Formats: sequence, structure tokens, C-alpha cells
Amino acid sequence: MQEQTTYNYKVVRQFAIMTLVWGIVGMLVGVIIAAQLLWPDLTYGIPWLSYGRLRPLHTNAVIFAFGGSALFATSYYAVQRTCHARLFAGPLAAFTFWGWQLVILLAAVTLPLGYTSGKEYAELEWPIDILITLVWVSYAIVFFGTVATRKVKHIYVANWFFGGFILTVALLHLVNSAEIPVSMWKSYSAYAGVQDAMVQWWYGHNAVGFFLTAGFLGMMYYFVPKQAGRPVYSYRLSVVHFWALIFTYMWAGPHHLHYTALPDWAQSVGMVFSLILLAPSWGGMINGIMTLSGAWHKLRTDPILKFLITSLSFYGMSTFEGPMMSIKTVNSLSHYTDWTIGHVHSGALGWVAMISIGSLYYMIPRLFGKSEMHSIRLITVHFWVATIGVVLYIAAMWIAGVMQGLMWRAVNPDGTLTYSFVESVKATYPFYAIRLLGGTMFLGGMFIMAYNVWRTVVGAKAVDAPIMRPAAAH
Amino acid sequence: MSDFTSDFWGLYVAVITLVSILACGVFLKMLSSKKVAGSTVETMGHVWDGDLEEFNNPLPKWWMWLFYLTLAFALIYLALYPGLGSYAGIYKWSSQGQYDGEQAKAAARFGPVFDKYLAMDLKQVAADPEAREIGQRLFLNYCAQCHASDGRGSKGFPNLTDGDWLYGGDPEAVKTSIVAGRAGVMPALAPALGGAEGTRDVVHHVLSLSNQTHDSVRSGRGAEKFATLCAACHGAEGKGNPALGAPNLTDGTWLYGGGETAITETLTKGRNGVMPAHGEFLGEAKVHVLAAYVWGMSNSGGAGK
Repeated sequence: MQEQTTYNYKVVRQFAIMTLVWGIVGMLVGVIIAAQLLWPDLTYGIPWLSYGRLRPLHTNAVIFAFGGSALFATSYYAVQRTCHARLFAGPLAAFTFWGWQLVILLAAVTLPLGYTSGKEYAELEWPIDILITLVWVSYAIVFFGTVATRKVKHIYVANWFFGGFILTVALLHLVNSAEIPVSMWKSYSAYAGVQDAMVQWWYGHNAVGFFLTAGFLGMMYYFVPKQAGRPVYSYRLSVVHFWALIFTYMWAGPHHLHYTALPDWAQSVGMVFSLILLAPSWGGMINGIMTLSGAWHKLRTDPILKFLITSLSFYGMSTFEGPMMSIKTVNSLSHYTDWTIGHVHSGALGWVAMISIGSLYYMIPRLFGKSEMHSIRLITVHFWVATIGVVLYIAAMWIAGVMQGLMWRAVNPDGTLTYSFVESVKATYPFYAIRLLGGTMFLGGMFIMAYNVWRTVVGAKAVDAPIMRPAAAH
Repeated sequence: MSDFTSDFWGLYVAVITLVSILACGVFLKMLSSKKVAGSTVETMGHVWDGDLEEFNNPLPKWWMWLFYLTLAFALIYLALYPGLGSYAGIYKWSSQGQYDGEQAKAAARFGPVFDKYLAMDLKQVAADPEAREIGQRLFLNYCAQCHASDGRGSKGFPNLTDGDWLYGGDPEAVKTSIVAGRAGVMPALAPALGGAEGTRDVVHHVLSLSNQTHDSVRSGRGAEKFATLCAACHGAEGKGNPALGAPNLTDGTWLYGGGETAITETLTKGRNGVMPAHGEFLGEAKVHVLAAYVWGMSNSGGAGK
């Protein structure tokens, strides 16, 4: 085989651009459903555009289309560069791109049509599940193949996280999506009753833990030290928090089923491991933020670093909030309220989206033979618009959630409930408006980014960097 | 009832949980006890992608203690509360026990409020302003979802304010509806009525009963079929039967709509009206107050006036 001399940037470019496209699509759908909560007749009662069908479209689009494409792009970029090797099995890598886009397209068609398996974050029906499996196995072959053909002895920490994420998501998908097809577009879960609920939330929470955390920590471990120009703070900390994180996340699912038919012992075990998860989660935040020590001044002038470090702050905040919400007493107030929605979005917008945006701003010019983005000023504008948007969003949902929780449990002297459900909905209206404003700002930031990327990329030549020779061993 | 099919599984859960928590502690201890040589922190000596390196700073002390603290909390919590398989915990707490306790406490505290009214006649309760307020709160939480917050219902859900009652309008009948629920079944009759044409005849007869515009030829033909197939429930004159919940077809009140289209749909596809039983869920005392409130919606004043 002839030695190839450049990195495979083509698939990285494809995924990077689609990250932006799906980010805008997914967040736009989010803004639409946020507006529907204010104006229920916004889409004229058209069934395909009803809240119940658009909501899974929103979650699938932002998690798997936007987040997934960002993970493919950055993992393919980072694994090549830190292994000093071209991506393994190029055609298979191309298949992961086209296969994943097909999955997204099928989701965008089937979900509005009402085809759903009814499992949250795993709504896609069985034929699409099979396609996901094929793409994911190919992804694993490409990724681990590249790691296996590396030209350096040690495997860089980012690759542990990417690798852990790929393996676990395969396991989660296979177990949770076990289903019995009854027709082309309908299947039933292989599990029943409370077991089904437990499998679902074992999957659901680990989708957060591995797709939205471990994968994006991999991103963090490459792009933060790169952009800061500083070594990672502590190798030892990365070892401890990596193993502790992947080990304890697996146990946390039952906290989604507090005070349900799930046996008490399972609820307790889920709760204590969710609390144990606090330190391992913060390990990643510390390692990322402390990487900046000695280079704090860069944060003043570098908006990409602002994105990356702010995302870690949001990560730290949500991973503190999560364990607190898993405590049964807190959960009895927060569960089923918009507090949960606020918590999810401080993770999804503050952490996942912002670290992806920062990484894209770093990567995109380099994929097109440029040293930096068209406009650094516009990155700064994007940063502030996005940050204010997230803060408005989560603050509104916190207040709304706590208010709902308190209204639902308020009792009159005669023991009757003080408020009927619809009164709590009415009281939430102003907060839905603030949330819509915050979400619209975040989406607006994505349009600023799209313009900036367009100006950077248009007319530029796609450039595949030559494979760097590994540094001589010390 | 035990959560486990055999003692083995309880033990299995307990052992795996304890070993896992302890293993986290041992792992943390192993990696934190290694000394870092010298006062200046060195990098690990590996370089990737030109400039990626790693320092090997010690684990932050506060972070390490936070980790130990959560592990200690887990062990203490699992000693106190159920978690280690079938071990019930020192507090013997269970979610069922907590629920029962809270229910008993609420019954002791709020029971007398409702028992006072239970001893009263429904019409008297309906006349009591305080009882009406309580009744309205109950109504908004348990009834408004279908019957609307003002009690005027919607298609398929009866209006409770108009004085027209499917199952009779005395307060006891209202109470029975709430306690035991009601199932209002109108069978699909199109085949028995002679298909679309026969159905249309009967529809026109039904329209004639409430003096709506109708085709008198069709209505005449439909009258015969009405007498054999519909009169059993709705009566020969179509005035209904509260014992069966069969609606009066001669008035202007229609649960599913009274035009030609709606009546055709009713005859062709049938209707299934369900009022769920609330007796067991709310208890008789609450239902008593609620029934009085509902009855009072269309009987202003009650027995007191």
C-alpha cells in the first residue's frame, strides 16, 4: 500500500459544515416549539407540525444531527492529528458521513409523520435503528483502526474519551433499541413495564453521559490545550476522572424514575451513584479550566477560548445541578417541571453547543488552508449573543420550574390543591416568553456563525494538511 | 412483597454495589498517593500533534475530599435506606410506607372538614358557601379537564350547568355518577338500519323529533325503524331514559352535536361516553361535597332557600 502523505480532511470538512447546518435546523425547530408554548395555534393545527411530533424532531436534530456531526468531525480530526496517521479505511469513513446524513434525513421525515417507537431520545423506528448500528460499527472501525495504526506510542487522552463514547453508545443503542417489528414502520420494545422504563432511562441518562459528556470531553481535551497553547493540567487527574466517570455514569439512570413503580432499592442506588458522579464530572472541568493557568490573559482577547472556557463553566454548573436534582427530596419538587428543561439546556446549549462552536471556529479555517476565521469580531459578537441567550433561557426555566413545583404541592386548609394544573400553566407564560427570547438569541448566534463560516470558506481551497512527523521520544 | 425472585439476587445487588463504591475509593487512593517529585511540575514527556503535552499536577485536595465525601455519603445512605438488595435499611423506610403515612396524616387533619359535610344532606351542603368553595377546588382539579373549569363541558363531555341531565338531576343521581362512573354506550347501528339509505331515513326522523328541518318522506320511513331499534332506549317518543342514560332526542341539547352530519355519525359509528368512577379515588366524603357543588351549578340556592 502506498503511504499517503496527508490527513483525510474531506470527511472532517463534510461533518463540520453539516454540524453548522443541523445546528441551525435543530435549534430552529426548538424555537418553533418554544413559540408554540406561547401561541398554541401557531402552526394552524397541522398534525405534522404539532408540538408532540416536532419535539422529538428537535431533540433528535440537536443531539444526534448537530451534536453527532460535531463529534464525528472533531474525533476524525483529533484522532488523525494525535495519532500522526491518516484516517483508517477512508471509504468506510465516507460511508459514516453519508449513512449518518441518511439517518438524520429519515428522522426528519418519519418523526413529523408520527412514526415513533415512543422511547425518549430513541424514537426512530427499527429500520433506522439498523442503519444507525451499521454506521456506528463503521465509525468504531475507522476510529479504532486509526488508533491502532498510530505512529506514536501513547494514546492521547482525547482519544480515550472518544473511544469510550463510541463503545458505550454502541452498547446503549443495541440494548435499548431491542424491539420486535410488527410492520415496516412499527415495532414494540423487547421489554415490558418497569423493566422497559429502567432500560429506557439507563439508556437515556447514559446518552447524556457518553454521547453528550464523554464525547465532548474528548473534544475539550484536544481543542482547549490547542487553543490555549498550554499543556493539559494533570495527566493523573485525567486518568482518575476518565475511569470514574465511565464507571459511575452507568449506575445513574434510576434517578429518572424516583417515586415510581421502580423498586426502592434501585432508586437509592441510582441516587447515590449520581452523587458520586459529581467529583468525576468536575475532574474534567478542572482539567480543562486549569489548563489555562499561566495563560489567563488570553481569555480577554480570544473569543474562541471564551467559548471553550465558558462551556466548561456551564459543564461544571450542570454537573453540580444534576446530582443535586437526583436527591429524592429535591427531585420530588423538580421532577416533571421546567426545571428539568432548564437543567438540560444549561448542558445542551452551555456545554455541548458552546464547546462544539469553539472547536469549529478553531478547526474550520485550518480545513480550508487559512490561519483564522474571516472575522474575529463576529466570533466575539456570537459569544456574547449566545451566552446571554443561554443565561436567559436557563434562568427563566429555573424560576418557572421551582414555581410549578411549589404550585403543584400547595395545599389549602381543607386539604384540596390550591392551584389547578392550568393555573400553573398560565403562571408559566411570561417565562416561556423569556425562554423563547433566549433560544432565539442562541439561534441568532448560529446565523452569525454561518455568515462568518461562509465568508471564511467561500473561494478558499479545501486543503488537506500533510501528516506531521511524531516528535522524537524523550 | 420482595422485589427479588430469590435471595441470591438481593445479595448479588448488595455485593456489586458495595464493591463498586469501595473500588472507587481504592482507585482514588492509589492514584492520589503517588508523590510528585520536586516542586516544579514536569510534563509527562509525551508530545502529540506538534505541541500537545500534559503536566502531571497532583489531584486538587478539595476535589479529592469531595470525591471521598460522596463515597462516604453513599455508604451511610445505603446503611439507613433500602438500596443494598433486599436489606431494608436502619430506618426501615419504603416509598409505600411514606405514602401510607402521608395519607393517614392527611386523613386525620382534613378528614373532619369533610366528615362534617358528609353528615349533611346534599342540598344543604350545596347551600353552604364554604362547602361550595371546597367543591369548586375539587372540581377544578378533578373534573375541569373534561367538563371545563366553568362546568359547561364540550363535545362529548356534558354541560353540567344547563339543568339537562342524562342520568337524572336529583343530587343523589349526580353523586352516583361521580362515585361509580357512567358508561354511555350508543351502538353503531348502520347495518341494522339498512345501510346508508336506511340510516338517513332514521336521521331525518330524529331531526323531526326536535323540530329541525327534515325530509318528511324519509322521516316517515325512519319512524318505523326508530320504533323497533331506537325506542327501546330512547323511548317511543324519543324522550330518553335517565335509568339508562339514554338522551332525550326532542330537546335542543346534544352531547355530540345535533345537525344531520353529527347525528349520521352517531348512528353510523356509535358513541362511547365514559365518566370514570371517582368513589375509591376521592373517598365518599369528598365526593359528597363535590356532588353538592356540581348539583348546585344548575340549582342555585339549594335547599336552604
